[in-house]
Amino acid sequence: MTLFADALSWMLLLGGGMFCVISGIGLLRMPDLFTRSHAAGVTDTVGASMILFGLLLQAPDWTVAVRLVLIIGFLILTSPTASHALAQAALGDGYKPLLGSMKPTAGATKARS
Amino acid sequence: MMFAAAMVAVAITMSLALARALLGPSVYDRILALNVFGTKTVLFIAVAGFLFGRPEFLDIGLVYALINFIGTVAVLKLMHYGELGWIDGAGEHDDL
Repeated sequence: MTLFADALSWMLLLGGGMFCVISGIGLLRMPDLFTRSHAAGVTDTVGASMILFGLLLQAPDWTVAVRLVLIIGFLILTSPTASHALAQAALGDGYKPLLGSMKPTAGATKARS
Repeated sequence: MMFAAAMVAVAITMSLALARALLGPSVYDRILALNVFGTKTVLFIAVAGFLFGRPEFLDIGLVYALINFIGTVAVLKLMHYGELGWIDGAGEHDDL
């Protein structure tokens, strides 16, 4: 049983790390603020949860497990709220999302050449 | 060993988020990048706690997650309303 738990937690840890790096790259490559908030959302939910679940399987006793579950629950609750607040504030300040029809330069944040 | 690998991955993401924070044309990109950086710090602390066999680090990670969220929302409010508190004489408590 422990071998299975170890193997599963290693895969979760590596998968979570991979998702984090992918979302970091997405954060740099995305042309517009709102697409970047999607890339940031990927890491907040999937990357963080996979890594923390991987740690959960390695937790020595239940006190550590409770703390991990609290962290996971809190991250899942707050990251959507933060991205919503960010998009709301950005839209409120006149940053329009970059739609397909518009030229990249027409959007509020110019696409990196 | 796997903990070290996860920590390297999280460290790479933190540097990418910092790059976006420096490059970010608008201030909201910077806020977004700092939010991602804060979440990655939580993960980094949690994995470091497991790597060094110190479960107390998870408390630090949890507190950091709380403060990071509140900081992000406070900066957003500052950017959006231009003012954190209330301007004397203006409509009292109108944005509550």
